[in-house]
Amino acid sequence: MHEMGIANQIVEIASSYLPDNFDDRRVERVNLKIGKLTGIVPDSLRFCFDIITKDTPFSGAELKVEDVSVKARCNDCDNEWTVDQASFICPKCNGGNADITAGRELDIVSIEVAE
Amino acid sequence: MEIKVVRKVLDANEKMAEQNRALFKDKGVFVINVMSSPGSGKTTILERTLNNIMPGIKTAVIVGDVSTTHDADRLAKSGAPVVQVNTDAFGGDCHLAAHVIENAASQLDLDNIDLLIVENIGNLVCPAEFDLGENLKVVVLSVTEGEDKPVKYPLMFRVCDSAILNKIDLLPYLDYEKDLAVESIRKIHPDMPVFEMSAKTGDGFDAWTDWLKRCVSEK
Repeated sequence: MHEMGIANQIVEIASSYLPDNFDDRRVERVNLKIGKLTGIVPDSLRFCFDIITKDTPFSGAELKVEDVSVKARCNDCDNEWTVDQASFICPKCNGGNADITAGRELDIVSIEVAE
Repeated sequence: MEIKVVRKVLDANEKMAEQNRALFKDKGVFVINVMSSPGSGKTTILERTLNNIMPGIKTAVIVGDVSTTHDADRLAKSGAPVVQVNTDAFGGDCHLAAHVIENAASQLDLDNIDLLIVENIGNLVCPAEFDLGENLKVVVLSVTEGEDKPVKYPLMFRVCDSAILNKIDLLPYLDYEKDLAVESIRKIHPDMPVFEMSAKTGDGFDAWTDWLKRCVSEK
């Protein structure tokens, strides 16, 4: 995967949310939501994040990842289910017309900074 | 103190992809993004595709590779304008991103192009995540790979609009269970067209180009 690029994007976006008078305070935690369908490896992401945040307000910050399970909704019978094996065929009606409703997230939820 | 952010990490790419999509629509260019693992035969498929659909459909190609211009050199022989993108100039990336397409497309005369084919970097993971502003995504799988690739890389097979199963001329020499591969694709994307072909011999090729021509004419 491209965890280094993702880590860069996270820092870029999160930096734009730091207050103007942040000075030499520190970011303690970055809260992320990552869907299981994205193929992102959280440990690799943390590794890249630690490297690129040296000597920045994000140095030492925890990357807290909330895993999001893959879910799909059947357009034929409206059944919504958690996709825990690689199949998007509706387990209820065997239909093949489903939409992914969760599992592709790659979101920054919030950042936590020292008081 | 918690500061709410609630932003997609790939926001910047998605905005650029929408910008590309608007430009291509304005110029009347239909765009397909062809993805696969390395060595599945993308370039051979595109060589034959170009020979088959040109000059009727004015086609250009953007080729992504980590390095070298080998694929672009092969495709340029068709007479189609080809832009080579080497991602090592962008940090050795494993996928093409929307800003790379914007830059490459600016080197093409979009007013004189009906179809733009993007040959993505050989990789079944990362390119699936990056919208380029294309109309259709196509995944290529070859019979020298595992039958279970679709279930190993579900996002790729889910986001694509059609699949090509290439190198079927090799089936007599392999233990490959083709039906298992097709079934594996169907699990992930039940209604997706699957074109079984050999880009080398041309066997099964017309179904693919007929489909592509129809998609372009319906744009």
